[in-house]
Amino acid sequence: MTQADGLADFGHDPWWLILAKVLAVFVFLLLMTIFAIWYERRVVGRMQVRPGPNRNGPFGLLQSLADGLKLIFKEEIIPRTADRVVYFLAPVISGVCAFTAFAVIPFGPTVSIFGHRSPLQLADLPVAVLVVLACSSIGVYGIVLAGWASGSTYPLLGALRSSAQMISYEVAMGLSIVAVFMTAGTMSTSEIVAAQADAQRLVLFGQEITIPGWYAVLLIPSFLIYFISAVGETNRAPFDLPEAESELVGGFHTEYSSMKFMMFYLAEYINMITISGLCVTLFLGGWHAPWPLTLWSGANSGWLPLVWFTAKLLLLLFVFVWLRGTLPRLRYDQFMRLGWKVLLPVNLAWIVMLAGIKVIQRESLDGSVRTTIIAGVAVVLLLVVTLWPAAKEPEPMLGMPDPAGRIGGADGFPLPPLDLQVPPSPRAMPTPVPATAADTGSDGAEDSTGEEA
Amino acid sequence: MTVADVLLTAIGAVVVGSALLVVTTRHIVHAGLWLVVTLTGVAALYLVLTAELVAWVQILLYLGAVVVLLLFAVMLTRAPIGARDDLDRPRWPGVLVGLGTAGSLAALLANAYRWDKIELPAAGTAERIGEHLFRSWVLPFELVGLLLLAALIGAIALSRSGDE
Repeated sequence: MTQADGLADFGHDPWWLILAKVLAVFVFLLLMTIFAIWYERRVVGRMQVRPGPNRNGPFGLLQSLADGLKLIFKEEIIPRTADRVVYFLAPVISGVCAFTAFAVIPFGPTVSIFGHRSPLQLADLPVAVLVVLACSSIGVYGIVLAGWASGSTYPLLGALRSSAQMISYEVAMGLSIVAVFMTAGTMSTSEIVAAQADAQRLVLFGQEITIPGWYAVLLIPSFLIYFISAVGETNRAPFDLPEAESELVGGFHTEYSSMKFMMFYLAEYINMITISGLCVTLFLGGWHAPWPLTLWSGANSGWLPLVWFTAKLLLLLFVFVWLRGTLPRLRYDQFMRLGWKVLLPVNLAWIVMLAGIKVIQRESLDGSVRTTIIAGVAVVLLLVVTLWPAAKEPEPMLGMPDPAGRIGGADGFPLPPLDLQVPPSPRAMPTPVPATAADTGSDGAEDSTGEEA
Repeated sequence: MTVADVLLTAIGAVVVGSALLVVTTRHIVHAGLWLVVTLTGVAALYLVLTAELVAWVQILLYLGAVVVLLLFAVMLTRAPIGARDDLDRPRWPGVLVGLGTAGSLAALLANAYRWDKIELPAAGTAERIGEHLFRSWVLPFELVGLLLLAALIGAIALSRSGDE
């Protein structure tokens, strides 16, 4: 198996090879975006029992290309109240950050390109994963500034939601990656992929168990938290509150048109691809072939790993689309509660537990001490579970409305009567009959509709 | 002059220039954006000094969290587009404090090192920083953690005090 020798492989490429790699990553991202938009529309279409785009090209594959060309020729409209410099900068920041982050994602092992041995990865650093995180955190500026510079209300609201959301979920995402750093002992993407290459041996109660090296199996809580926060980080459904079209028109890019709008659209899809690529790299073994294929010795050498990488990427993109097709949008407070009160504490507890396991493994304690520690942890866990403050009795959210036509007491919400009968239309009658209170519905319905908004 | 010297001088000039713009611009959101340029410049300085981890963490924390929160707060309260004249900025005390701080820091550093030449130590990798932080400097590290926790709880207490 051709294995990368860590970071020593990088930085020896001639200039034309670096240029070629930059171009290859750029084209890969553009093609993947065009494909992903089509893929998403087709899959969602299939889930909603309709065909989806199927007119342009075979299976409608050229639909996104046609849409992109159309967008370029659209008229550009800039609001008069916009801050022009920042209005121009925002899509640039979004686009640049989206493209930059993908530079450190490894596509494959070291291959021979025109006689030069070079890894299939544009760049790698000892802290490569931090670069991806930094790029996505600077990408927030693109959204925040777009919303502000438009000089309009809905974009500003969308930008505010988005910045709060991305900062919150970046914390959960960063913490879930910490577990990977601890297990792999490195922050370089190529070395993390190499660390997942071999099956790990775990000694548990004197028995040796062989488990696959993928961190998705080894660190399954981190994997799940990473993916949930990745969906939040990319502003995708069910966490697409910043552009909730039923509440905010289109969110931060409402006032953008033509090429600038295309830049945001492109950045959103590239972010999705990058986050999925990082997920493949960190948790799904990177470009390594999945299990049954590894029995064939040639599966992990040469250019073939590109196929495995792309297949895993498409699988994750499918999950993104699947989530969008299945789940309704969360309310803002539910979303924040999930991030700060569920994902973050679970993550911290899991990291402490993992650190404890690492210490026990490394110190090679003798049997009795280890048993004592494990028993102690179990007792503590048991105490925590039993002494945990019981959850508050959930208030009866839905019940029958009280005589005043409200749910939840005098301060509750008004509700139309369940046995509502549509009153006869006054126009249909020859002589107008004054409607009685019983016909028009509940007493509380009319006077409080204004307060609901 | 080595390449590193030239880079340090150039980036330093950018940092000082954008820092001046932070306090002189009349657009409150633009001030935040110039602060982004300043902090990116500081990260670039770390990068030139081969402290890779510190540089990226600087970008991640200061740009990705602190300044975004700052802009968030400005936009949540009021985010006017265009210049404003009613920004409350006492000019002369500000100049005095700024020059005093810069002067005393410069004097301290110049006096401490004079013309000594200090070789750049090995690259500031995560291993080395972790080694120093959790062996030699673990007490200050824990103290800073405690301080931040206290500040956090204080902020929550302040924001909830109006509920009663």
